[in-house]
Amino acid sequence: MDDLVFLSRLQFAITSVYHFFFVPLTIGLGLFIAIWETLAYKSGNSEDERIVRFWGRLFLLNFAVGVVTGIVQEFQFGMNWSEYSRFVGDVFGAPLAIEALLAFFMESTFLGLWMFGRNVLPRGVHLTCIWLVFAASCVSAVWILIANSFMQHPVGYVLNNGRAEMTDFFALITNPYFLHQIPHVISASICTAAFFVLGISAWKMLQNTEDAFLFERTFRYALFMGFIGLIAVLLSGHLQGQSIAKLQPMKLAAMENLEKTSDPAPLSLVPGLEIPAMLSFMVHNRPSGEVQGLEDLQKTFEYRYGEGNYTPPVWVSYISFRVMVGASSIMMLFIIYGISWHLFMKKNIHRKIMFLMLLGISLPYIANSAGWILAEMGRQPWIVYGLMPTDKAISVGTSSNSIIFSITAFTFIYGALAAIIFILMRREVLRGCKSKKPTRKTAAVKV
Amino acid sequence: MSLEIVWFVLIAVLWAGFLFLEGFDFGVGILQFFFGKNERERGTYITSIGPHWDGNEVWLITAGGAMFAAFPFWYASFFSALYLPLVILLLALITRGVCFEIRHRANFEKPRFICDAALMVSSSLASLLIGVALMNLAIGIPIDVSGNFTGTFFDLVKPLALFGGILSLSLFLTNGALFLTLKIEGELQTRAYNFSKYSVIASTFLFAVATVLLCKYSVICIASLVLISSAAVLVFKQHLKTAFICVALCSACSVAALFYAIFPNVLVSSIAENSLTVWNAASSAYTLKIMSIVAAVFVPIILVYQIWSYYIFRKRISPRNVNIEV
Repeated sequence: MDDLVFLSRLQFAITSVYHFFFVPLTIGLGLFIAIWETLAYKSGNSEDERIVRFWGRLFLLNFAVGVVTGIVQEFQFGMNWSEYSRFVGDVFGAPLAIEALLAFFMESTFLGLWMFGRNVLPRGVHLTCIWLVFAASCVSAVWILIANSFMQHPVGYVLNNGRAEMTDFFALITNPYFLHQIPHVISASICTAAFFVLGISAWKMLQNTEDAFLFERTFRYALFMGFIGLIAVLLSGHLQGQSIAKLQPMKLAAMENLEKTSDPAPLSLVPGLEIPAMLSFMVHNRPSGEVQGLEDLQKTFEYRYGEGNYTPPVWVSYISFRVMVGASSIMMLFIIYGISWHLFMKKNIHRKIMFLMLLGISLPYIANSAGWILAEMGRQPWIVYGLMPTDKAISVGTSSNSIIFSITAFTFIYGALAAIIFILMRREVLRGCKSKKPTRKTAAVKV
Repeated sequence: MSLEIVWFVLIAVLWAGFLFLEGFDFGVGILQFFFGKNERERGTYITSIGPHWDGNEVWLITAGGAMFAAFPFWYASFFSALYLPLVILLLALITRGVCFEIRHRANFEKPRFICDAALMVSSSLASLLIGVALMNLAIGIPIDVSGNFTGTFFDLVKPLALFGGILSLSLFLTNGALFLTLKIEGELQTRAYNFSKYSVIASTFLFAVATVLLCKYSVICIASLVLISSAAVLVFKQHLKTAFICVALCSACSVAALFYAIFPNVLVSSIAENSLTVWNAASSAYTLKIMSIVAAVFVPIILVYQIWSYYIFRKRISPRNVNIEV
């Protein structure tokens, strides 16, 4: 039984973290391309067009993996978590179905039109298609986060017939957890795309090929995008932290490893190094104020739910929070450097830092994954906060061998996909903004 | 009519829509490998479904999502019972979806050949497994009183279930071949047409067997047999557009026959009193009402833009004018 729980959780962790490698780039790069195609549409400039095409090719590669790994997400609630599905399906199924109806159809249809319709559609319609793809990816994020927020902070339901039944759809879609989560996820997506563009552009500028000037343009643009995105990530993350202090004090105590309830509470930077009263300040906006500790919270939970361990894995929460914040801070340093280069040192490019920017592509990925691990591990031992423990949620009819088979198969195919996509993206980047064949228009001009 | 029945019908419609649309692109995914003599020809075949396959597949995702939202007990029991077939189906769908994108990014003959082969294998597997899964709905699976699967993998691949797989495979192949006769020009079209003659006859035969085996009373079942037989006649008379529609309708009709046959059950248990029904598997009236409003508003919009996208790409393609450069 414990085996089944562990394996089911492992499978969900692997497939979800992997899926979320591709989602934020789809959202952020979709926005980037949509804006750039709008510029190209207005200027009619073939250079803008080349930029759209280059990033469009990378976008499509990324999108393909995002889509196919998304199907697994939709199916595995029923496959691995059937008790959970029965218990919350009345509330949780609705946002998933709405996501498919509102977002997936729109995303796939208009991406198909955008991809194959360049020579068929009027330019304005083609432009509209990519904006619709971006809109759909945001809509998709909205509904899946509404679903996730119900697991974190259930609202708008009543317990009836041994399950959670929806009583207030409006409460579900205005869940305070969701309202604080969505800006953080969207701004993190913008950062992911900004660093993707920054890293690749920096590398191409270093190579100094004939299309390097185009990458300098996207580099400068991505600096701006990354700056806005990072500010938004910090602000929304701060607000989300405050909301978690109210909605899930246990998660906050775990990610700070705060044993005892304190007033004022210090902020731990690394084990052994603390800033006095800083945690109180972050939670309450003033240098005093109580922050509940793990011991007291454990007692409160026991009083409410009976005997048991209600403390999430503290070290996982503690470390992942610091990894998330640490990665974002390094991203901030990159942006500060880049902007000062943009403003003051237009000629010189520090080669080493530019090369580091290429490695910097990984930073948002690390931060995104750490953020989700914190959000989901900090929710433990609950699958639905306060309503259903995770170990009661699995499919009891499934054998552990089946799950081992599927974990192995998914891991293998996901690994292979990552390698293939990496190779193909690298090749597209090396190819650069040059179009292999002259387009019909330029050919006509030459004649 | 109660909302439970409305949603039962809507889920049947989603499955039917999925088979109606994705049927031919599964078929094309298999056939390109056998019809196309070189990478350019295979590419031409694949391009015919390039803009559409993803939108078609969303019908399946939506069918799953709708089952979850409207009948959570059905979704939970059915998906966990069919664990291994679904894992394989997912692997096939992953492979398939990625192949479309990477095949025209790969600049060499060999990786493209591997992609096309993988597309063929994954499309075949997916076609088979869809049939197996749906047939299991019809014949029932062993589930206990709380809806949990008590059987083993071999309870899911009984001869009848496998027959369901072959049925869907043959139907999708026919559907795919006919789609190609409508979308492709020249010699490549002729190959598809010649194949469709054989496969439509094979499908008709298989459907006749299915009708005798499975549905003695069902009118809808007879209707799908009539549809596939008329498709056979139409293929030979070269009314290909009508034939294509007949085959696609036959897929949809088979789903209708299946859902009609199991109603009011949604998941038949081999232990009769454990069967899940539209009543005991459904969501609350409130959730169904919300979902009905959303579906009533958005399904028509979806239909409009999906049909529009088919209209945009209505032109026939041949190896000469195939343009997959993004």
